[in-house]
Order: sequence, then C-alpha cells, then structure tokens
Amino acid sequence: MQSTAHDFKDNAGAALADRNLQESLATLKVGFSERRRQAAERLPEFEALRDRARDIKNHALANLDFYLEEFERKVTALGGHVHWAPTAGDARRIIGDLCKSVGARTVAKSKSMVAEEIALNEHLEALDIAPIETDLGEYIIQLRREPPSHIIAPAVHLTKDQVADTFLEHHTPLGFTKRLTERNDLVAEARHVLRQKFLDADVGLTGANFLVAETGSSMLVTNEGNADLSNTLPKMHIVLASIEKVIPTLEDAAVLLRVLARSATGQESSAYTTLNTGPRRDGDLDGPSAYHVVLLDNGRSSVLGTQMQDMLRCIRCGACMNHCPVYGAIGGHAYGWVYPGPIGAVLTPQLVGVEEAGDLPNASTFCGRCESVCPVRIPLPGLMRHWREREFERHLTPRAVRQGLALWSWLVRRPKLYRRVTQVANRLLSTFGRAEGRYHALPLASGWTRFRDFPAPPAGGTFHAQWVRHGGARIRP
Amino acid sequence: MSTSDRPSPPRRVALFVTCLVDLFRPAVGFAAVKLLEDAGCTVEVPPLQVCCGQPAYNSGDRESTRAIAAQVIDAFEGFEAVVVPSGSCGGMLAHHYPGLFDDDPAMKARAEDLARRSHELMAFLVSVLGVETVTARYDGTVTYHDSCSGLRELGVKEQPRRLLTSVQGLRLREMATPEVCCGFGGTFCVKYPEISNAMVSEKTADIAATEADTLLAGDLGCLMNMAGKLQREGRQVRVRHVAEVLADMGNLAPIGEPEAKR
Repeated sequence: MQSTAHDFKDNAGAALADRNLQESLATLKVGFSERRRQAAERLPEFEALRDRARDIKNHALANLDFYLEEFERKVTALGGHVHWAPTAGDARRIIGDLCKSVGARTVAKSKSMVAEEIALNEHLEALDIAPIETDLGEYIIQLRREPPSHIIAPAVHLTKDQVADTFLEHHTPLGFTKRLTERNDLVAEARHVLRQKFLDADVGLTGANFLVAETGSSMLVTNEGNADLSNTLPKMHIVLASIEKVIPTLEDAAVLLRVLARSATGQESSAYTTLNTGPRRDGDLDGPSAYHVVLLDNGRSSVLGTQMQDMLRCIRCGACMNHCPVYGAIGGHAYGWVYPGPIGAVLTPQLVGVEEAGDLPNASTFCGRCESVCPVRIPLPGLMRHWREREFERHLTPRAVRQGLALWSWLVRRPKLYRRVTQVANRLLSTFGRAEGRYHALPLASGWTRFRDFPAPPAGGTFHAQWVRHGGARIRP
Repeated sequence: MSTSDRPSPPRRVALFVTCLVDLFRPAVGFAAVKLLEDAGCTVEVPPLQVCCGQPAYNSGDRESTRAIAAQVIDAFEGFEAVVVPSGSCGGMLAHHYPGLFDDDPAMKARAEDLARRSHELMAFLVSVLGVETVTARYDGTVTYHDSCSGLRELGVKEQPRRLLTSVQGLRLREMATPEVCCGFGGTFCVKYPEISNAMVSEKTADIAATEADTLLAGDLGCLMNMAGKLQREGRQVRVRHVAEVLADMGNLAPIGEPEAKR
C-alpha cells in the first residue's frame, strides 16, 4: 500500500470534515472502550494476565531466531513449507509464484494486515489472479477499493447507509437488486455472494495471530468463520505472517488469547479460534493438500535489540486505537498507511521511514490511554517520544519549532533573565487583556486563538514576583 | 491506614510552581501554599526554579531536557518533599527525569532521589499527609476533569474528589468521560490545532451535558485549553484550578474572566 503519511495534516483535515466518518467514529469511541472495560472487570486476574502476556512476548522476541527455526522444523516435519521473505517484494513474489504453480485464478483471503502491508492484492491482480476478501469488513472496503481504517474493524469508518449503497451497486449485477437497510440482511447477502467464491477459490490465504513453535501451528481468530473456509476448502493454504508472531507454546497462546479478545472487542473469546497444523493428513476429512507459511521480516529484525523493540510485542488487538482520542477524532485513513492509531504511529516510521511518517508520532497528546489498555503493555507514548528524538537528532523537526525551542530553552536555563522576560510578558498580557479577561486573537498564537480564547493573567504580576514582593509570606486574597 | 501508622510525613516542603502557574495564574501557587500550610507544612519556593522541561522533552530535544532537568534537580536539592500543583509537571519529575540520565550514574541517582521526593499536590495532601477535609465554601455545581498525566502516571483520581466533598455548598456532578484527554497536549494543541479543536470540542460538550456551573481540574494547561474553548463557544461555565476552590479562593475571577473593578 502506498503511504500518504506525509500528508497527515491534510488527511486529518479531510477526516474532520467527513460527516459520515464522524458519525461512525462517534459510535466506535463509546462502544469498544466500554466493552473492553467490562470484560476486564469481569476477570479478576486480567492485569496479571497482561503481565504474563508481556513476558511471553518478551521471551519470544529475545529468542526469536530459536523459535522461528523451531517453528520451521515442525512445519516441515508435518509436510508443509516455510518461506523466508526479507522484504515485502520477496513475500509478494513467493506468494505469486505459489499461486501460479497451481494455476490459481482466484484466492480466497481471510483478513491479514500483513497482506495489506505488502500490497498483495495489487500484485495478484497484476498477475491476473483475483483476490477475494472474505472478512465482511474487508469485503466491503475491497468493493469500494479503500484501505482498511482499523486493524480489526477495517470498515469501521463507514455508516450502514454507505454499506447499503455499496452492496446495491456491486451486487445488482449478481441479481440482488433490492437496497437493504437492516444489518442482518446486509450480512446475509454478503454471505450468499461470498459462499460461491469460497467454493471457486484455488488458494486460501490467511494471516496468523500467533505461530506456535512447539507444534508448528498457525493460529487465527475470527468472529465470522471466514478463515476456516479459506483454509479448508481450497487445495492450497498459504499463511502469511510477520516474524514477531511466533510464540513458544500452546500454553502461551492460551494466555495471549485471553487478553486478545477482551482487549479487542470485549469478548471473552473470539467466535472462532482455528489452529492450522500442516496440510491434510491421510484420513482427514478435509483440508488443503499443500500448506505454505510465508514469514515476513520487512524491517522488523532491525528493531530487535534497540530501544524500539517493545513495539514488536503487539498482538494487533486494536485497543490502542479504540481508546485513542486522536484516532477517535480523525479515524484510521488519516494515518496514511496500513497501521493507524498509536501502534501505527510507532510502527509506520519503522516500516516506511520516519521521513515519510514523521508526523504520526508527533500527533499525540501523550495522554497515555493507549498504554493503559495495551494487553502486552507496550509503552506507546515512550516509543513515540523516541521517534520524536530521532527526528530532532536528524533535523527533521520543522525549523520554526527547532528555533522556537532553542530560544525558549536558552532562556529557561537563565532563570534570572527568564524572570525579567516573563514579568514583562505577564504585565503586557494582563494589561491588554484586563477588560475582557481574555484574548480572541493573539500574535504568534493563532494556532490557539483560531479555535479558542486565550486567558489573560490577572493583575499583580507573576507568582514569583508576588512571592518576592511579599517576602515569601502567604497572601490571603 | 490510620495516621499513626505512617512514618512522620515531610514538613519542610518546596513548591514547584510550574511555569504556567507563574505566568498565567499565580493564585494556584498561593492556593497550594495555603493548603500545605494548613496541613502543617513549612513551604519554601526555591528561587532558581523555572520549567520542568516538558516542551523540550516532548519535542524530542533530549539534550536541552537534560540541562533543564539538572537545573531543577539542583534547585530542589535538600527538601523533604517537592510538591507540584500539576500532574503533568509532577509526572515529569516523578517518572521521567531518571530515564534522562541512563548514561550518568551520579546524575541518575540524584534524579531518582528527586523523583522519590516529588508529589502532585492533591496526592500529597491526601495520600501522604492524610488530609481528609478542608475548610472552604463554594456555592455551585462542579464537574472535575481528570488530567491525563496526573491520572495515569500518578494515580490522581479519588484524592481531589475526596477533598471536594468537604467543601460546603459544593455539589460534584461527573462527566460521562472525565478521563478522556481534553486535547491540550502542550505543543500538540498548536502543532495540530484542528485535531486538538475536535478533542476539546468533545470535552466541552461533555462538560456542558453535566449542567455544572464550574469546571475544575488539577492542571493549568488543560484548564486554559478548556476555558478558552468554553468561552469561545459562549458557554457560561466558570473554570478554576481545584486547589483554588479547596483553599477557599473560589471568589477570584475564573480563568479567562475579567476581574471585578476595584
């Protein structure tokens, strides 16, 4: 997917003016966080589980080479194949070749953010292979040719009316000519259309929530069951996953699943949890005859051992964006690439470059709500700050900001001069603002006064001036 | 825990005024002094204090931040406790300073020492000094915004509310989402003004829905942001720092309102 993260400010402006988007975000903001809160409250050991989840991922990352090779050994022993893809281009080529090797015309895809990351659909289409998204949200945005706006709810930016219009437009040629208005009817129609596509697919491609080294299994959770059709009906199943998805054992997976669903949707467990362990064996009633796992690095291994490593703990639950007031204001598309919200603000500079995505880690108030709900306790504000430091070191911070900061910090380090300057500023602001008590416009502060008034300080001078004037005595108003 | 189980609480405390209070709302500093003195403390205001360094820290300028932090560490050397009428600046001292000196063990030790001695005002009064009531009167319905750093870094949530219940005439009516950020974020609000505006607009709508006549919080940055938006929207909500009300200084002109002619 082509990044537009460099246009973040324009993207955000457009998002704020989009009435449909704002309507959708209004429901998202309340729903997800409330359900997550209730789910966490119902489980007394939830906070302790978050610690365990963090520790499991930290251990896996500290021994990533070992567990990846162990996973590969297990998959190979089961009759499957593991392919190592250092870059997005490598992953596209490997998957394209696998599809061509079975003469695939259509690929049934279950939701995979990594497939978005490597722009797989565009690549398959160029090879004349039709990718069919089978997750309802992904299917809707595929029809609209839009990227996902959320990592677990890709069409969350759309209203029901927009979905109704999209279905009417795209399903009319298939004989569905009635504009549906009920949610259940829309789901039923999509189910009907998709069922035939599952049956027609030559290859099923899924992502993975976890790769279990101990058993060589890839594990996937969905609420729609579409992954199970994607990986059992076609003759070839390809799992596309990034390297940090590997964990040691099934026991570990059980811990992570318990925090994943609760953090994501407030469910105790997702509706479907599927383990894929190699291709169809003798005596199996169904399953693919060929099983391939494509492991994508795409810059992740370079984060290992750095101060940014914590970002690789992410289990893609979406809680950080569900609780982020910035995401809640502008939605996912404004972030300009695959991963939005706080985790996107940390991952995107790593994966597409900080020159391209420098705005993202800056567009945060550091309110910390993301970190407070992250199931694996990723210090998201701290990681965003690391990016800001790297930008500052590399002179990517805007010149006006750098110069203002330099002047300010020079002054702050001279407390006596600072006192004199602030006393003058205080007196000016207080004198000229006395009549109304505030300013509707102020030079050099238009970013503030465009949207809000600026309070004038009361008469009497700065705190320090008054404190000195009264000899440090308490003042009774 | 009863008061007698505690180690004797610090009595000689330093006030970290914060740069916003110094420049825009000195009354908050005097309110803090009064509350601390009423609780039995001797309050000093070290003269060489300026700013905690957050503008540089949050802009990625680590070197300036270290220099400013070192200056703060010097200024507050030797006090039993350092009290800050702001969760944001308090969090900076109590949580972020030590990490600035990972490559300098001597400074790191001093930063950790300051971190241990640093407290947000409400948390210090209630959780450290064991203050349970104040002597104050405020006739009105107030709503309280939980500023982010105070809430999430320092656990400031119940302490101000507990003290507010002892203010005569005061009724507290909670917002639907008092814990959601107001959109201030320091330089964020001028770097991304449209996004900040969307966030503060949602906050003012939540405030207005309570029908409270007064908004209180523990951080002046957030208060100036919310006051400015409420006033731009023409809403009749008075905005004050919580310390002012607790110190019985609720008769002062609210933030952004003209003072009565003398």
